Amino acid sequence: MDLAVQLGLEWGLPILLLVLAYFTGTAVERSHYRSIRVREARTRRMPTTTGRRVPTPWRVTDAGLVAGSVVISLDYFKRFLAGLRGLVGGRVKSYESLLDRARREALLRMKEQASERGFDAVVNVRLETSRLASSQRQGKGTAGVEILAFGTGLKRAS
Amino acid sequence: MLLSNTEEIPGQQIREFYGVVTGSTVRAKHIGRDLMAGLKNLVGGELKGYTELLHEARGEAIDRMAEQARSIGANAVVNVRFSTSSVAQGAAELFAYGTAVRVE
Repeated sequence: MDLAVQLGLEWGLPILLLVLAYFTGTAVERSHYRSIRVREARTRRMPTTTGRRVPTPWRVTDAGLVAGSVVISLDYFKRFLAGLRGLVGGRVKSYESLLDRARREALLRMKEQASERGFDAVVNVRLETSRLASSQRQGKGTAGVEILAFGTGLKRAS
Repeated sequence: MLLSNTEEIPGQQIREFYGVVTGSTVRAKHIGRDLMAGLKNLVGGELKGYTELLHEARGEAIDRMAEQARSIGANAVVNVRFSTSSVAQGAAELFAYGTAVRVE
């Protein structure tokens, strides 16, 4: 009887958290992808390039730095899966989708800022990734991943 | 102050060159935000508190860089770059640097 209670406490909570995280994490990811697709369609008219200038000659009237960033984290369930994946090796899909979402979100925020400021294109786009260390476990854990997208917004003479 | 991460400000001519200017700030997250982020770490998704914190901090680093550029007589900073490093547990340094110039 005692053993059953002890086992329940030891395993019950992590399993409960895993189940909870599975549902919330999936819901969060799905709604995030939905919002990304909608906003990507909306900002499709804003050309962006990693090159230094727009390929066709433009008469530029204004330029300025634009940036977008996001800090994103995995849910408990996916982190658990990724941990298992660490045993056998191979593609860690849960992290792939996390980074994909974060990059697209950062680029979208950059584009949205560019159009708010009246720019017509963003050139010299750069992406940077950094890990935020968690204050638990002597900074070994990951609190989240920050993606920064930045570039130079250009305004075209009309 | 014009800022750009290209070598020149498109549509403008560089008249004077002043060299590298830098700006940085080290920020630690406060405990309330950390707790919220801990919860968010369970369910997954964006850690808005951190996004805001880093956004503000980066703005501060850019401002300091621009201030330095202004103090030496520049009116633009080109080739702006950013770097982030976790210097200590729960603290990060945000660093912005670029080349101060005068454009017309």
